[in-house]
Amino acid sequence: MENIIEVSGLRKKFPEVIAVKDINFNVKKGELFGFLGPNGAGKSTTIQMLCTLLKPSAGKAIVNGYNTLDNPGKVRKSIGLVFQESTLDENLTAYENLKYHANFYGVEKQKAKKRITEVLEMVQLTERKNSIVENFSGGMKRRLEIARGLLHYPKILFLDEPTIGLDPQTRNKIWDFIQNLKKEEDITIFLTTHYMDEAEYCDRIAIMDHGEIIASDSPEQLKANLGGDIIKTKVENKDEVKKEIENKYNVEVQEYKEYLTFEHNNGEEFIPVFVKDFKEQIKSITMQQPTLDDVFLNLTGREIRDEEASATDKMKNKMKKRGH
Amino acid sequence: MAHEIRAIYTLWIREVKRFSRQKSRIMGMIIQPLIFLFFIGKGMSSSLPMAGDMDFLKFIYPGIIGMTLLMPSIGNGISLVMDREFGFLKEILVAPVSRTSISIGKALGGGTVSLIGGTIVLFLSPFVGISLSIITIIKLLIFMALTTFTMTSFGILLAIPMESTEGFQMIMTLLAMPMFFLSGAFFPIEGVPNWMSILMRINPMAYAVDGLRNIMYNSPEVNAMTTFNLSFDIGVIAIFGFVITIATVIAFNIKE
Repeated sequence: MENIIEVSGLRKKFPEVIAVKDINFNVKKGELFGFLGPNGAGKSTTIQMLCTLLKPSAGKAIVNGYNTLDNPGKVRKSIGLVFQESTLDENLTAYENLKYHANFYGVEKQKAKKRITEVLEMVQLTERKNSIVENFSGGMKRRLEIARGLLHYPKILFLDEPTIGLDPQTRNKIWDFIQNLKKEEDITIFLTTHYMDEAEYCDRIAIMDHGEIIASDSPEQLKANLGGDIIKTKVENKDEVKKEIENKYNVEVQEYKEYLTFEHNNGEEFIPVFVKDFKEQIKSITMQQPTLDDVFLNLTGREIRDEEASATDKMKNKMKKRGH
Repeated sequence: MAHEIRAIYTLWIREVKRFSRQKSRIMGMIIQPLIFLFFIGKGMSSSLPMAGDMDFLKFIYPGIIGMTLLMPSIGNGISLVMDREFGFLKEILVAPVSRTSISIGKALGGGTVSLIGGTIVLFLSPFVGISLSIITIIKLLIFMALTTFTMTSFGILLAIPMESTEGFQMIMTLLAMPMFFLSGAFFPIEGVPNWMSILMRINPMAYAVDGLRNIMYNSPEVNAMTTFNLSFDIGVIAIFGFVITIATVIAFNIKE
């Protein structure tokens, strides 16, 4: 399959920090590609460089066959963008927001009319098309924004944290919609998220941390790479037991808070043996199939959730400031 | 090119639509000049009888029109600050539209809104005792359009580095108010102390007010009210507008 995005040696240096460190990756045409990582990992900076909003310090990015530096206009016409924060004009109606977007992107008038009806239908906002956006709920605004991003028939739709700040029910709805979109339109979707469960929906993901891509594959493959089930246990004399486990079963044990975690090919049969061997020390034990959280933990030694709280707080403050 | 014109049109219609939905802004725009005109104008003209048959009300009337053009025009810069705060600016900036079109579109939109206010005050002329011919009204409207476009561009230029609406309020107080008082709206340039005369002569608004008087009272006996001739007024404002528009485009490219 051909690549619709090709990134090589891309770097962004800000005065105080190198936000993106010489990353390489490709996105295939028609793919649902996820960019995963904690806040501040460099995801948004990367997206902004791909969208020609930021100039890279080094390296290059080819989007839909155009170099972002040589041909920013062509790149912008090829992409649809939905930012983390709303960029709607809330004093206008839903229809006006869409119509003006079509004007900015030079969509031919008759075609635009048809397309607006189409995308409004797709995001189920047809009945509200003449309402002022100010009165919309957060989920409705996000849907309208996605509709607007699709209006000019982009080849690639960028969604930067499409579900941030939304309640779980609305999040699910947005996801249903994104998956539908892939079926109905000939489009590549590039999204960033720090919700691991959402990354599971992607065809392929790249995990980013501290400005670097530390893994890139399908979610299934990434989990399979971990090798089997994950045993998580709480024990007495943690340090001693850790060494013993490592020697006895020939596994690598990680410490996380008061827990020890390690992988085993056949967890179900292993647990009885493990309990027998360490019956004096074990306080609790759980086993689970690996999730992307475990993949992240394994790669970085910390959980992505640790950083989630602060991101949510930041979002809340921002919303408050805007008067929501 | 057709695409850029469509983008300019879109930015223009957006400003006009937003304005038409903000009832309080419309009311403010009408009431403020009325207060100035009737309270200050009437009060001053009763206590300061002027030479000849010109009364003070007639003298300040073009100045009041100037004020209705200046304040909302400069104040329109706040819409840029708000667009940035509420994110819509990003939508415009990522669109395949040139920064030049964005500057022009926003200036035309804000300028049109101010022109609406100025036109309302212009229709009050019978109450001030001034009768204007159709030709004069057309001439006035063209000159007013030039002024609002220039002053709105100026407001946008000032707003480009601003991060908050509060910061922009400061600009209004520190710049727009002195520009209005030193425009010759209330007192002529001749007869003020030298330092003030210099400030007035470098104030583009002085040429706007002078131009309005030139068009409105085009007769030899009232020429004493004007300082410059009309073509000079037009020239100064047009050149100022041109320079400001270019500066705005450059500033936009640096900032965003």
